Amino acid sequence: MPILCNQMAFGPFLLLALLEGTVTAAVLALTALGLSLVFGVMRVVNVAHGAFFMLGAVLAWFVASHVPGAPALGFVAALVLAPLAVAALAAVADRLVLKRIGYDPEATIVATIGLLYIFEQAALSLFGPDARPVPAPFTWRIQFPWFGYSGYKLFVVAAALVVLAAVWLMLTRSRAGLIMRATQVDRQTARAFGINVDLVYTGTFALGAALAALGAVLVVPIQQAHYLMGGDPLLLSFIVVIIGGLGSLRGTLVAALVIGLGDGIISMFFTPTLAKIIATLAVALVLVFRPQGLFGARA
Amino acid sequence: MTERGKILLLHGGVLLALFAAQYLLPAYHANNLARIMVLAVYAMGYNIAFGYTGLLSLGHALFFAMGMYGAGMAVWLVEWTALPAIAMGLAAGAVAAGAVGLLALRTAGVSFMIVTLMFAQAGYLLILYFARYTGGDEGFVVEAFGRRPFGLDLVQDGPRYAAAFCLFAVALAGNLALVRSRFGRVMLAMRENEARSRMLGYNPFRVKLLALVISGLYAGAAGAFYAMLFGYVGASFAMVQYSILPLLYTLLGGAGVVLGPLLGAGLMFYLIDIASGLTSAYLMVVGAVLVVLVLFAPKGLLGALRERGLKWLP
Repeated sequence: MPILCNQMAFGPFLLLALLEGTVTAAVLALTALGLSLVFGVMRVVNVAHGAFFMLGAVLAWFVASHVPGAPALGFVAALVLAPLAVAALAAVADRLVLKRIGYDPEATIVATIGLLYIFEQAALSLFGPDARPVPAPFTWRIQFPWFGYSGYKLFVVAAALVVLAAVWLMLTRSRAGLIMRATQVDRQTARAFGINVDLVYTGTFALGAALAALGAVLVVPIQQAHYLMGGDPLLLSFIVVIIGGLGSLRGTLVAALVIGLGDGIISMFFTPTLAKIIATLAVALVLVFRPQGLFGARA
Repeated sequence: MTERGKILLLHGGVLLALFAAQYLLPAYHANNLARIMVLAVYAMGYNIAFGYTGLLSLGHALFFAMGMYGAGMAVWLVEWTALPAIAMGLAAGAVAAGAVGLLALRTAGVSFMIVTLMFAQAGYLLILYFARYTGGDEGFVVEAFGRRPFGLDLVQDGPRYAAAFCLFAVALAGNLALVRSRFGRVMLAMRENEARSRMLGYNPFRVKLLALVISGLYAGAAGAFYAMLFGYVGASFAMVQYSILPLLYTLLGGAGVVLGPLLGAGLMFYLIDIASGLTSAYLMVVGAVLVVLVLFAPKGLLGALRERGLKWLP
């Protein structure tokens, strides 16, 4: 990418970096929102979140390659089926493992590390070690004066915004959202009011996993599906959730935008390794010195 | 028999069996056992922090790698001989643990896990970033002049086993002495009830920091010996998996039991050895064992034994 420097002035180059950063931020916001919901409502850290992302991508490839006809048809099928399948898997994992250890915070981390290995290795055994491409549902490009830009990437941003708005409405306006928020504030009192907390937990865990999978389906036509692809989304989601404040949804969205744009710009002008070093150290220092997150807003 | 006598008999017996094993086992298994003993020392250090003091760290790979790179780079870059290089590795592990502890111990629980994980990840990325000095992704070989203390080449079978055994014996004795000492009891008090220990006049931060530094010293020693005995230093030893392994060994063998890490490391090593003969997805075995342990045996094998009668197990 930096080779473009020779041909382009700084302005268009920055525009390209901003566009790429916005796409990253959109997908990241979906993935991190899933992690943030699970942490907010259930008070557990799900290390297998990146694995749910990866499973979404791999399943999208699997579905898309088995649906005949136009690529758009396969893509739409994947967009519906992959998140549902991943949500079902997450619900089973919640019932079989997390519920039985009583959502103990530390035991949950160890257990989800175990789940992460199991899912990654299952994907390796079932789908093989190769990166798998998924064709984009459409291929038109938007022509800027300096470069052409994939229309699909802009569609990803729009789709992510729609989903984010839907989740936001669900949380703030619907009865299900009210029950989730009540459980988040005080699970004992929620239980006393007749709320089935177990069901809320399973549903939240499934919803969190589905959001990661959805982000992955959207990203897979840009970046191929691979059984180890969950590492970066997990790390970045962690960074977003922590910088935004653990459990704060508004903070998560703002942080996703900052980190996504920052990642786009820093990786274009510096090496990606340096960008990651700065980001990981930033997370550690934020947790040490400002545990409520940089934005400090509480949802 | 007194409690002290039983403890000496059991641990002396284990050491005697390990010493005899090099003459009894075929070379392949003796070499495996040498590796298991070094990894067990790493896990013992982890156990001091996690099992006894209650500090669940996900960043011990940093301390292991600091020991490994401290020793390896002393040989590679400034051509030190084996003994000062190993000392360098020990110091690097302890200093890294102290530095991480000063910051990370301001947090607790889940935040502590994430902070240690992030520091270790940053350490791994720094190794990749400064590839000129660390060998980056490929790592480097520890050259012969750097792994010959007293004229014995440590990568050869006999000296390798002897060195691993010496390290393990010293580490085991140190671990026993530590947990039976006054300070060892204070460590347990921190794990069980930090607020009450503070009320009794102990400084939790200082106790936990010291426990973490000792833990880092063990990890550094294991890393330095690993570099010498197997002649290779590489970035993969700084990855997250190497933070998970000592946690796994400790959970399997029994957290808060001195012999737990050895038992866990041995069982896990052979489990993975057998599994990787059957499938390339051997990490699935690691994952399954983690989940099963958390679900059904949170105290580990020796921890369960201690609950069922062997109350004196330190």
